[in-house]
Amino acid sequence: MKPTDLIDESSLRDDVPDFAPGDTLKVHVKVVEGNKERVQVFQGVVIARQGGGLQETFTVRKLSYGVGVERTFPIHSPIVDHIEVVTRGDVRRAKLYYLRDRVGKAAKVKEKRD
Amino acid sequence: MDLRRNRATMAKRAIVGEKLGMTQIWDESNVAVPVTVLRVDPARVVQLRTPERDGYSALQVTYGHRDAGKLTKPLAGHYAAAGVEPGKRLLELRLEDISEFQVGQEIAADTFEPGDVVDVTAISKGKGFAGPMKRHNFKGQGASHGAHRVHRMPGSIGQCATPSRVFKGVRMAGRMGGSQVTTLNLEVVRVDTEQGVILIKGAVPGPRGGVVVVRNAVKAPTRSGGES
Repeated sequence: MKPTDLIDESSLRDDVPDFAPGDTLKVHVKVVEGNKERVQVFQGVVIARQGGGLQETFTVRKLSYGVGVERTFPIHSPIVDHIEVVTRGDVRRAKLYYLRDRVGKAAKVKEKRD
Repeated sequence: MDLRRNRATMAKRAIVGEKLGMTQIWDESNVAVPVTVLRVDPARVVQLRTPERDGYSALQVTYGHRDAGKLTKPLAGHYAAAGVEPGKRLLELRLEDISEFQVGQEIAADTFEPGDVVDVTAISKGKGFAGPMKRHNFKGQGASHGAHRVHRMPGSIGQCATPSRVFKGVRMAGRMGGSQVTTLNLEVVRVDTEQGVILIKGAVPGPRGGVVVVRNAVKAPTRSGGES
């Protein structure tokens, strides 16, 4: 345990669901417009989880009007309202960066069946 | 007259801490703020340095705990004379005015509050014998165009027959780090007296576990810190 962990404790979230690269998520993001705040949904495939502790982040990739869009969120970020796991993916890698070079059906992640 | 020196004021408040490391916290607009965590054990005043007797005003303080049996006799006598429990080490906090302090008084983390602008002094990490690129940010030399074993060399260090010597102070390779460094105008983000820690925005010199001195900013551009 690092001495700074005591400081981090209060910033850590305990409502983060269990998810892994390949899963499809709905990330509900708080968006501030002017002085109003609303929640926007960013749905896509998790292509990476990186870092640990308070610094851990995950990257979600989706196709928006034919253009690939990736967003990286700190897992414990307060701008994430909540995370919903839509499907579990069946993948063999921790980092799915190969999806960036693929289009159409090849860019699909198989769903995990158990 | 040195104008630059006049612009700086003497510190009014100071504390001793130990660097624990860096992390991040979220501020009220949900932005991650990089912070350095300093543990601040209450410092005990052991001796007052006065302009009349010592020529300057400062507090000699100690912090933490040390076995009384492990002290040398002169040191034990010094603590006994002050009636203060022996601490890890003795150091001095230079302050403008020490009239409000007495021997035995404790200086805790609540000396500062969030939003204060502070200066942090510590011994920087030793880098050993470092070349000019690392030590003085020299550019080095080309990777190609015939450069042979000189890629990280300083290049010319002077002229030829006139002056036929190297001027003093020419920047070269040598020992780097391990010297006293003060980082100016850092912001105090959070003060937790319960845990005895203070969080300072940004990086602070020295290794984890190193002793740092925090004082209110003496060259603060405008707001807070120096309450003058």
